[in-house]
Amino acid sequence: MNLGTHAGFILAAYAVAAVVIAALVAWVWFDHRAQTRVLDDLEARGVTRRSERPQPASP
Amino acid sequence: MTVGSGLRHAIAGTKKLPMALSDLANPSRFLAVVEPALPWLAGVTALALALGLNQALFVAPDDYQQGATVKIMFLHVPSAWLSMFCWALMSVAALGTLVWRHPLADVAGKAAAPIGAAFTFICLVSGSLWGRPMWGTYWVWDARLTSVLVLFLMYLGVIALWRTVEDPSRAARAAAILTLVGAINLPIIKFSVDWWNTLHQPASVLRLGGPAIHPTILAPLIVMAIAFALLFVTLHLAAMRNEILRRRVRTLRLMQAQAT
Repeated sequence: MNLGTHAGFILAAYAVAAVVIAALVAWVWFDHRAQTRVLDDLEARGVTRRSERPQPASP
Repeated sequence: MTVGSGLRHAIAGTKKLPMALSDLANPSRFLAVVEPALPWLAGVTALALALGLNQALFVAPDDYQQGATVKIMFLHVPSAWLSMFCWALMSVAALGTLVWRHPLADVAGKAAAPIGAAFTFICLVSGSLWGRPMWGTYWVWDARLTSVLVLFLMYLGVIALWRTVEDPSRAARAAAILTLVGAINLPIIKFSVDWWNTLHQPASVLRLGGPAIHPTILAPLIVMAIAFALLFVTLHLAAMRNEILRRRVRTLRLMQAQAT
C-alpha cells in the first residue's frame, strides 16, 4: 500500500474515524454495564416493577 | 382455494401485521428480540468492516487525478450518507412521538442522536482532510459544507435538549419538534451542490444516469457503505436497549423514593 505524498491526510482521516467509532462502541458498552449494574442493585434491594413482582395465588 | 377463502386469508394476514408490530412496540418484547440478535449483528458488522477496509486500503486502485487521497472517500461518503439517514430516521421517530405516541419512538430518536452526530463529525473531518490536498484548503463556507455543519450543530442541539429537560416525555416532545424543523436541512444538503455554485463536487453515486465512478472504486465504496450501515444499526439497537434500561432505573428510583 503506497499512500503517496498525502499519506498524512489519509492516515489522519482513518485515525479520526477509528477513534470516534471506538468511542461510540465504548459509550454503548459501558452505558449498558452501568445500567445493568444499577438494575441488579435495585432488584437485590427488593425494588422491582409491578410486572416482575410475584402474583398472589388466586383463591 | 376459492376466491372467498383467499380473501379471508388475505384479510387475516393484514390483521396479523399490526399485531406483530405492536408486539415489537412493547419495550420488553423489543429487548427480548434485540438482546440475542446484538452479538450476531456485531459479528457481521466486524466482518463487513474488515472486508470493506481491505477493499478500500489494499484492493481499490488510486484515482487517476486524486491519487491515493481517494481512499478518504471510503470513509467520507458512507458517513455523509449515514449522517443524513440518521436525521431522517429521527424525523420518522419524531412523528411517532408526536402523532402516534409510539412507546419506542422517542427512545429511538434519543438513541440515534449521538450516533448521527459522530458520523457527521467523521464526515466533516474526513472531508476537511481530503479538501486540503485537493482544494488547497481545509474549509470553505460553501453551501454543502455549511449545511452539513448546520446538521452537526443540530445534532448537538438535540442531545443538549435531551440532557436539559429532566422529564423524558417533555424532552421527547421538544426534541421531536426540533428534529422535524431540522429535517428541512436534509434536502438543502442533498441539492446544495445543484442549487448553488460550490467547491464541493456534485453527486457522483446517487444521481440520475447512474454512478459516475469507475466500478473498481464503486465496489469498495458500496462494501464500506454496507459496513457503516450495519455499524449504525448495531449501535442504534444497543443504544435503544440502554435507554430502555435507563428508563427502568428511573422508574424504580421514583418508586423507591415514593415508598420511603
